[in-house]
Amino acid sequence: MSLMDILSIVIPSTMLWAAPLIFTALGGTFSERSGVVNIGLEGLMVIGAFTAIVFNLTFADVFGDMTPWVSLVAAMVVGGLFSVIHAVASITFRADQTVSGVAINLLAVGVSLFLVKFMYDKGQTDIIQKGFSKVDIPILSDIPILGKIFFSNTYYTSYVAIIIAFIAWYVIFKTPFGLRLRSVGEHPMAADTMGINVTKIRYIAVILSGALGGIGGGIYAQSITSDFSHATISGQGFMALAAMIFGKWHPLGAMGAALFFGFAQSLSIIGSSLPFLENIPNVYLLIAPYVLTILALTGFIGRADAPKASGVPYIKGNR
Amino acid sequence: MSSRMKNIIVPILAVLLGIIVGTIIMLITGYDAGAAFIALWDGAFGDIYYTGETIRQVTPYILAGLAVGFAFKTGLFNIGVEGQLIVGWLAAVWVGVAFELPKFIHLPLAVLAAAAAGALWAFIPGLLKAKFRVHEVIVTIMMNYIALHVANYIIRTVLSEKSDRTADVFPSASLRSPFLEGLTDYSRLHWGIIVALICVFIMWFILEKTSRGYELKAVGFNQHASEYAGMSVKSNIILSMVISGAFAGLAGAMEGLGTFGYASIRGGFTGVGFDGIAVALLGGNTPIGIILAAVLFGSLKVGALNMPLEAGVPNELVDIIIALIVFFVAASYMIRIFIDRIGKKGAK
Repeated sequence: MSLMDILSIVIPSTMLWAAPLIFTALGGTFSERSGVVNIGLEGLMVIGAFTAIVFNLTFADVFGDMTPWVSLVAAMVVGGLFSVIHAVASITFRADQTVSGVAINLLAVGVSLFLVKFMYDKGQTDIIQKGFSKVDIPILSDIPILGKIFFSNTYYTSYVAIIIAFIAWYVIFKTPFGLRLRSVGEHPMAADTMGINVTKIRYIAVILSGALGGIGGGIYAQSITSDFSHATISGQGFMALAAMIFGKWHPLGAMGAALFFGFAQSLSIIGSSLPFLENIPNVYLLIAPYVLTILALTGFIGRADAPKASGVPYIKGNR
Repeated sequence: MSSRMKNIIVPILAVLLGIIVGTIIMLITGYDAGAAFIALWDGAFGDIYYTGETIRQVTPYILAGLAVGFAFKTGLFNIGVEGQLIVGWLAAVWVGVAFELPKFIHLPLAVLAAAAAGALWAFIPGLLKAKFRVHEVIVTIMMNYIALHVANYIIRTVLSEKSDRTADVFPSASLRSPFLEGLTDYSRLHWGIIVALICVFIMWFILEKTSRGYELKAVGFNQHASEYAGMSVKSNIILSMVISGAFAGLAGAMEGLGTFGYASIRGGFTGVGFDGIAVALLGGNTPIGIILAAVLFGSLKVGALNMPLEAGVPNELVDIIIALIVFFVAASYMIRIFIDRIGKKGAK
């Protein structure tokens, strides 16, 4: 098997697995940059996956080939709405943000499986007929060598994810909103003194994280699993959280980390068909993202520090 | 109203609110809420068999709750109980299948191996927290997944010939009890509940009756003050995580040596570790509170399995109620304000 063949298998597969992680990790970045820890990302992905699949099954006849995209919008909206619960608890009611995130995760699984049984009278949905499918991107796939590796047999969603990561970078670092977002996450009292509405910014950030997490779940379900059951989202949200940290709370870093974790995930699945990896137990690839994240936090791979006010509720007038 | 009264009323209100919202969900979706709750009760206590199953479920919940609660007392959030439970489960079964020894050596050895494995798994985040000030929440989450994949790998390659489960543990390492099973109409009730209750006593004793426990709590209240008073914050953080992990590992031993008697490849988590967070929160991190909360969640979980059969209501409704209870306890600020308002009106 030539290097060319290997790359043209590994890279599209990496992009496929990375796309949901990129979206969700970006969501986490927005939330944590504003000072709200969101370990409910897993639950938000569950809600997104559930919404996308149900919407897809219900409206496949109406929207035709556009169905998966419209379903993604639905997943985004419902994910955003669901994250309001986390926002209310952790911003308005000053709940422990980690506990509230745990509640979001438990609630998302409970609600979505309850509704699946309510609607379909069984534990999992049917397989969707109109998922995201592999495409050769027009024009770009005709570029010699690069076209075959990067733009053939791939998914549009992966490219959308990368574009959104650059947009997120622009928003967080180049716009007034981004400056406010970061200041609220570093020193909310100073931001408040300067007339920034801390509560409003944090609400927006958490809702953005819900919307992006919802999209992440929607992509995962519509391109990888094609149905919804209790096992559809199993740890991708936490892996996205890891990607956010490994990327040092930076949108492009999160994207890079998500691509790398997507690479590890896809190798653990297709590795056995590649010549030089077939003898390596895939357990190493499976645990690589988590081990690397711990190492990054510890400082062995450049220390990663969270925004200063992350996890601390802001109470006006408190020093 | 005294803060002590509030500490009792908040969890009770949280449970009531959870049940009320659960009822509303059933009314909206057109399920028969009354029948659902009767089915839930019958499924948990309606028959001696179900009662046995409920106590069996309560056993790991108590231990997982102790694990989370103990770390909370030192100001640490051990969200890695799930991973520590998995390695404890694996270690217990490993000892259970590897040797054949007299029961009075083998069983304690297997149980202790589980505690040691859990403690080791929690030692790492404790050490990283103490040495490098790395937040324990993230590290323990990552350790959960490492535990899951490593345990699966060991089960597949070391403890079996590419099979998806290990052999059963030798009877000399089993917590199973024909006596308890006979007493409860052949439920899977085992001796683990005794271990769990002993651990409740141990937690109470360490925290309330030893100077080490006093230090652990002091560090939880105020790290700087403890440091100033001459306590070692670092060693207390590590110790707290290690003890917490040992409790979590024991919860794994309950499953490995009692309920199942083997370890198998898992696609995802058991959920016991995360439910342990709910148990500890609702129980206010106190030994008695944890027992009561574990009984509540254990009976909800076991009773729920009867809801689809008897009332046609999906058992996930109970998961929703548990999540809501966690949510309401977490957002207890809301409930406390509410109580204050009521209290003021009463005073007028």
